[in-house]
Amino acid sequence: MTAPRRMGLTGNEAVALAWKQLRPHVVAAYPITPATQIVERFSEYVAQGEVDTEFVPAESEHSALSACVGAAAAGARVLTATASQGLALMHEVLYIASGLRLPIVMNVANRALSAPINIHGDHSDTMGSRDAGWVQIYARNVQDAYDRTLLAVWVAERARLPVMVCLDGFTLTHSLEPVEVYPDEAVREFVGEAPPDGYTLLGGEPITVGPLALPDSYMEFRRALAAAMERVPRVLEEGVRAFRQQFGRKLPALVEARGTEDADVALVIMGSYADSAEQAALRGRVRGQRAGLVRVVTFRPFPAAALRETLAGARDVVVLERADTLSGLGGPLGVEVRAALYGLPQAPRVTDVIFGLGGRELRDAELDALLQGELPGGVVYLGVEGAHVLEPA
Amino acid sequence: MATDWQALDRGPVIPGGTSVGYRTGDWRQERPVLDLQRCVHCMLCWLYCPDSAIRAAGGRVVDIDYDHCKGCGVCAAVCPPRARAIRMVPEGVP
Repeated sequence: MTAPRRMGLTGNEAVALAWKQLRPHVVAAYPITPATQIVERFSEYVAQGEVDTEFVPAESEHSALSACVGAAAAGARVLTATASQGLALMHEVLYIASGLRLPIVMNVANRALSAPINIHGDHSDTMGSRDAGWVQIYARNVQDAYDRTLLAVWVAERARLPVMVCLDGFTLTHSLEPVEVYPDEAVREFVGEAPPDGYTLLGGEPITVGPLALPDSYMEFRRALAAAMERVPRVLEEGVRAFRQQFGRKLPALVEARGTEDADVALVIMGSYADSAEQAALRGRVRGQRAGLVRVVTFRPFPAAALRETLAGARDVVVLERADTLSGLGGPLGVEVRAALYGLPQAPRVTDVIFGLGGRELRDAELDALLQGELPGGVVYLGVEGAHVLEPA
Repeated sequence: MATDWQALDRGPVIPGGTSVGYRTGDWRQERPVLDLQRCVHCMLCWLYCPDSAIRAAGGRVVDIDYDHCKGCGVCAAVCPPRARAIRMVPEGVP
């Protein structure tokens, strides 16, 4: 393989470039506020004839994903992107895409949901889609967003499930970083021309995609869907092996752990603030505190076994997350980490720290104070003005 | 359908045309009754029927497919006022 080119790209530009290299048959999208420039940039490639994609500018995000569903059922390679309210408007169709086992890949620029209107980064949008039957992968930096968009197509088409590749709004979408871009031919070779095992709605034999399935069969279809999701970790492991072979980069499939072997305090995080958390853990080490970091790369399916393995020895687990369930139980990642650790002998105490809602910055000093103080367990709203510990119900 | 979930990994995809065997007619509350003596064979009912339940041959209405007619009454509504060849009749309590 010829060497990768080093380019300065924002997250939006890197994803749009990955799309161009993936040469999708169909892209359907709609730029509801707040939209990101992924689709805008890609539409320029289409307009300039640099990629031969059927570009469908739909009249809403609901229609955009519906067009993706139809195209994927015809056996096409289909990509789309959205953010925030747009993903919320797609909600109904998310379940149809997964229920029909369609390998659609969607990039989501993670942004807050209204109200109040905000547009800045957090994970509220994709956390609202966590049980929709989509694989969810969270990027750490712009290189990771580029790599995982390429990998997602490989995984979606082999798992026959839709995949969301999530990248933090602004901190990744609008930040310029050096990115190693692989040659077009190498990407082409990695993913091939079309989904290897796609539907053939336009083939010779007429088929019905998505028939009525009443109480006599619906449950069997849903159980089969759950089984498909259970197989995803294996597909991901194969995918990262193939990726490393093709591009020379080693990607963690489910979780990425740093310094957790002997950690008393383990931080758990998703997305771009993993860098801040890793630095905080390193500063803890300098102070003499045995701190480590686990980044959840794949949130769906939830990597419970991998988390049990990496977190079992810790005294304290500090979950750092940018979403809330508003259930009185804290954020979704905290709830699921607690569930994964439940029943372990001497299970670690979990403190669920909600930070960065609506784009609020996470300050190093806040993290240091948290790690140096007595960890309270329960739920903490870090950086909020006013009392920040949720009283237990 | 008694199929084990293990056999459904392809997802909900079945051969085309299976709705022919699915008798939607048993949902019906009212049945359209066709009087061929009055019918002018304008074919509006055939055109409007959402379930293709008006059977026709050689450009003429033949009869109604009660296995698939859901009793919506569109055929009776579009039948020309001067013909009034289709009446809706209650199915009665089964």
